[in-house]
Amino acid sequence: MQRDIYDEDHAAFREVVKEFIKRYVTPEKAKQWDEDGEVDRETMKAAAEHGIVGLSVPEEFGGAGMLMDYRFRSVVNEEVIASGIGSALAGAFGIQDDLAVPYLAHFGTDAQKQKWLPKMATAEVLGALAMTEPGTGSDLRAVKTTARKVDGGYIVNGAKTFISSGKTADIVVTFVKTGEGNRPDAFSLIIVENGMEGFDHGKKLHKMGFPGHDTAELSFTDVFVPDENLIGGEPGRGFLQLMMNLPLERLSIGAVAAAVAEAAVTWTLDYTKSREAFGQPIVDFQNTRFRLAEMATTVDVMWAFVDRAMDLYRKGKLSADEAAKVKFWCTEREWEILDQGVQLHGGYGYILEYPIARAFVDARVHRIYGGTNEVMREIVARSVTGRK
Amino acid sequence: MRIVVLVKEVPDTYGDRTLSLETGLAERGTSDNVVDEIGARALEVALAYAEAHDGTEVHVLTVGPEAAAASIRKCLAMGAHAATHVVDDGLVGADLGLTAEVLAAALGRVGFDLVITGNQSTDGMGGVLPAMLAELLDVPNVTNLDAVTIGESEVSGTRASDDAMVQVTAPLPAVLSVTEALPDPRFPNFKGIMAAKKKPLDVLSLADLGIDADDLSASRSIMLAIGARPPRSAGVKITDEGDAGVKLAAFLAQNHLI
Repeated sequence: MQRDIYDEDHAAFREVVKEFIKRYVTPEKAKQWDEDGEVDRETMKAAAEHGIVGLSVPEEFGGAGMLMDYRFRSVVNEEVIASGIGSALAGAFGIQDDLAVPYLAHFGTDAQKQKWLPKMATAEVLGALAMTEPGTGSDLRAVKTTARKVDGGYIVNGAKTFISSGKTADIVVTFVKTGEGNRPDAFSLIIVENGMEGFDHGKKLHKMGFPGHDTAELSFTDVFVPDENLIGGEPGRGFLQLMMNLPLERLSIGAVAAAVAEAAVTWTLDYTKSREAFGQPIVDFQNTRFRLAEMATTVDVMWAFVDRAMDLYRKGKLSADEAAKVKFWCTEREWEILDQGVQLHGGYGYILEYPIARAFVDARVHRIYGGTNEVMREIVARSVTGRK
Repeated sequence: MRIVVLVKEVPDTYGDRTLSLETGLAERGTSDNVVDEIGARALEVALAYAEAHDGTEVHVLTVGPEAAAASIRKCLAMGAHAATHVVDDGLVGADLGLTAEVLAAALGRVGFDLVITGNQSTDGMGGVLPAMLAELLDVPNVTNLDAVTIGESEVSGTRASDDAMVQVTAPLPAVLSVTEALPDPRFPNFKGIMAAKKKPLDVLSLADLGIDADDLSASRSIMLAIGARPPRSAGVKITDEGDAGVKLAAFLAQNHLI
């Protein structure tokens, strides 16, 4: 079904992304990313030169100024994911533009914006967001990483895990406890820089899928972080700051889910048209046809939902609750489509050389990260019922 | 210096390209339309020179349907400074001669020190347009160059033929055509796309150029008939009874291959 949210600028930009992929995203490189567990900096910088990453950095700092308009980001997701070998790259772009830049752009002091944003536009500086700890995920207020106030700064102690871009990031926007108790004003966001003494990366995490996506353990042992790295300059704002970026984070996961689902249908169509059994292409069997019809229809509905959410986001009207709906619903439809896609690929759907197989294992985490789908349901329920 | 680069929007060279059996014209719906790659290489030559020489203006010129505007915008996004687009219903199905006249008139209007163009388009594949243009404009043509050097008042390059490499030079103004051997063109970035929207884009009609497409006093090529290529027939199989060589020679002779 026709999507009508894009204009000729997006169409022109889509060609730029396609050409970038053609020239810079080769199967060999993708394999290297999978082996290294990260995307190389040269590729990120080349992407930044073409405005493919750094989209959400405000114009005055050298970016495209698209923080409040997700459409260009969605074009990037769609094309990178459709390539079948760009999953790690899409992940790396997403962390920079959807998770790291927004905190600085929205809440940074003028000095912080000036110091970091121009370099984030060029990918000279990559950012990450660290909230989750070995003992704390959904129950965010139970974090144990502390930042104790001392003269001129803070001493940070603790550990984080499952941090996307945690190893490759030059700056990690870290959620820390700066006060007593667990009321919102006890938490802050502080920038810990790669190379600060006492800040270390843990062992490489062997994930079920998404091998090219940098996912790291971080440890903080008496790390001295200067006052100027406290996001916004005042402690106690961390919780509110996190809350304010939730619509974008959740929307971005829904948008990726739709892009993956659409690509999955394309791959499955191609496969079932060429595979024969019992004397005919399997696309001609009723089961295959009915499943494909269902999958294609679901993809249309996913886009209708995501496009509507992108439109609301652009108008400043997408609430965190509405975004939670997009996140859990789209990731679950994505999962069903991928599962069906694997099944229709038969044995080849289990072979990692096939994009459907890679997408299947990569996507399992979508229902977990960005806030588990269970937490999303709880959030929606509170909003819908008006009762905690 | 003003360099005018000729670009053409063509059906995707690597896509499904078909001709209409009714009109003989390229079907524009079957695949995406793109900037012909050779034109993008020509533009790259101009942009690379402009980057190294302050005060160079790179102007893109195309004759094509309204929809070709997207390709022009892409060229502006790559870094061209301005563009001219000649659009007119009278140009549908225009042959090389008419196209050359139109381009020459537009070039006269825009003004140029150097015209750079691809040597041959991937759809029409005539390959004679650059020479026709030079003739109409009464300037030298240096065509089919594998390597190009642009100087302040002259242009030079290397032309490869089957037996020799020829060094050619011409004083400006001149028409220059490049081959696929020229470097891969750059591609636009986000900022380029946004900047392109503010660059001057002149749209001209045949009337603006004082050309009457129906004036047949000049020689024109017209299409008389078009037919679908007959389906491939099975090849001829020869069984070797000691005479395969003779049969093979006969086959080649029959098909005028020897």
